[in-house]
Amino acid sequence: MSLAAIRIQGVTKSYGALKALGGVDLEVGQGEFFGLLGPNGAGKTTLISALSGLVRPDSGALAIMGHDVVGDYRNARRNLGVVPQELVFDPFFSVRELLRIQSGYFGIRSNDAWIDEILASLDLTHKADANMRALSGGMKRRVLVAQALVHRPPVIVLDEPTAGVDVELRQGLWQFIRKLNRDGHTIVLTTHYLEEAETLCGRIAMLKAGKVVALDTTENLLRRFATHSLRVRLAHPEHATALGGVSAEGGWVEFGFDSYADVETLLARLREAAAGLTEMQLGEPDLERVFVEVMHRA
Amino acid sequence: MAPESPFTGFRTLLYKETLRFWKVSFQTVAAPVLNALLFLLIFSHVLDRHVTVYGEVAYTSFLVPGLVMMSVLQNAFANSSSSLIQSKITGNIIFVLLPPLSYREFYAAYVIASTLRGLMVGAGVLAMSAAFVEVPMANPLWVLAFALLGGIILGSFGVIAGIWADKFDQLAAFQNFLIMPLTMLSGVFYSIHSLPQFWQDVSHFNPFFFMIDGFRYGFFGQSDTSPWLSLGVVSLCFVVLAALTLAMLARGYKLRS
Repeated sequence: MSLAAIRIQGVTKSYGALKALGGVDLEVGQGEFFGLLGPNGAGKTTLISALSGLVRPDSGALAIMGHDVVGDYRNARRNLGVVPQELVFDPFFSVRELLRIQSGYFGIRSNDAWIDEILASLDLTHKADANMRALSGGMKRRVLVAQALVHRPPVIVLDEPTAGVDVELRQGLWQFIRKLNRDGHTIVLTTHYLEEAETLCGRIAMLKAGKVVALDTTENLLRRFATHSLRVRLAHPEHATALGGVSAEGGWVEFGFDSYADVETLLARLREAAAGLTEMQLGEPDLERVFVEVMHRA
Repeated sequence: MAPESPFTGFRTLLYKETLRFWKVSFQTVAAPVLNALLFLLIFSHVLDRHVTVYGEVAYTSFLVPGLVMMSVLQNAFANSSSSLIQSKITGNIIFVLLPPLSYREFYAAYVIASTLRGLMVGAGVLAMSAAFVEVPMANPLWVLAFALLGGIILGSFGVIAGIWADKFDQLAAFQNFLIMPLTMLSGVFYSIHSLPQFWQDVSHFNPFFFMIDGFRYGFFGQSDTSPWLSLGVVSLCFVVLAALTLAMLARGYKLRS
């Protein structure tokens, strides 16, 4: 069995009466693209902070590529790159200076060839000598990604990297992250954009109130939790409630079903009830439905 | 990627902290030198003809080492404290906390950079003063020892204040209600023998007095109290403050929750 990229065992963390993490167990394999999802305050950032040594857990153990984040913190941190959620930067330095300094912190003195490669990949070459204050929000976000990569970590954690980022930049960023994943980097992503997680992540953990409430491959989660949906407009929508329909925006009524064979039955019952079908849409299961369902059940 | 040298992380943090103040050297080096020279100009103009110290030392000459040491102390404190609180408030402290740097490397880099700034300002004040005032240097090693210890102590104090303070207001209170009075009442501008006995006794509870008195001994070969006592007190302060700062950093106080 190969070494786990990330191993989290029984991790708890409380801030006074608030239990931020209530015994989290999680393992992420090497080369995975892993999603960590949950509502605000679920403990995602606390868990990432515990992995990166910014938060000290009350109990439990965390390891990056087999290195304990407390006992062997130097090796654990060398194997981890973190893109923080907040748009933070040091206003005293240029982009290149910052990347050189960040390389030095990780023990690398001559890193210009790799820095140039990262700058080119993130379309920052023309801003290499600009002061951080002169960059737009999107560029600052890309510099944060570059800073997390200067020491070529095998494990990269991105904490809501596309929050407040425009569509074009977001797509460019994902292309780059996907390439890193194809090159063998393990990626852990937290995001509130569930369609991104659905498209990118092979496996997903959902957190609620500091606990893992769902953990499976994206495909299995969609299969297990999400139902297909049939949206209809009816001449007499009052008949829909008795048949299990739920009113949705714009005068639509929504029915859930597990397999396409159920559609026929549903349409027959609508006809029998003389509901007067005027319009119809079929909806595929998506991660947003899974998320809502899992959070509702937990 | 394996590190090229085990000291590269520390050296980089020291370089970054030094570059940080050097990039704004008008504010961090030139301005404090000018401030100290203005003190020298005003006090020497008013008092030089009326006051002599240690028998025959002119007041302006007496004042110079006090101003140099005051500059070393205040700037060493300002460097580490302002760097840390700025990094905490803007959030970029994370870039120092995520890499594999030990708390000892963190301490050494911040304190050495602070001491360096203190020494640069002190050397600037001394060099500019020497152009106008005769300043002897009887024992350069004592001068160097007290300047280094003073810079390290106030650099450590700055690390404590910068980590403890959550906002600029709290840091300003630390600076204005603790560092500034202790410096001003330490004998920068006077010999404590000119004070009533009660205030002379009180001065012996101020560690800054020993830093400045010992430093001044290096210039004149004379001081208000034994230089060995000063060295002992200052060394003890260094050990206590270094231990306290290292303990805070080892615990991750206000840095790693």
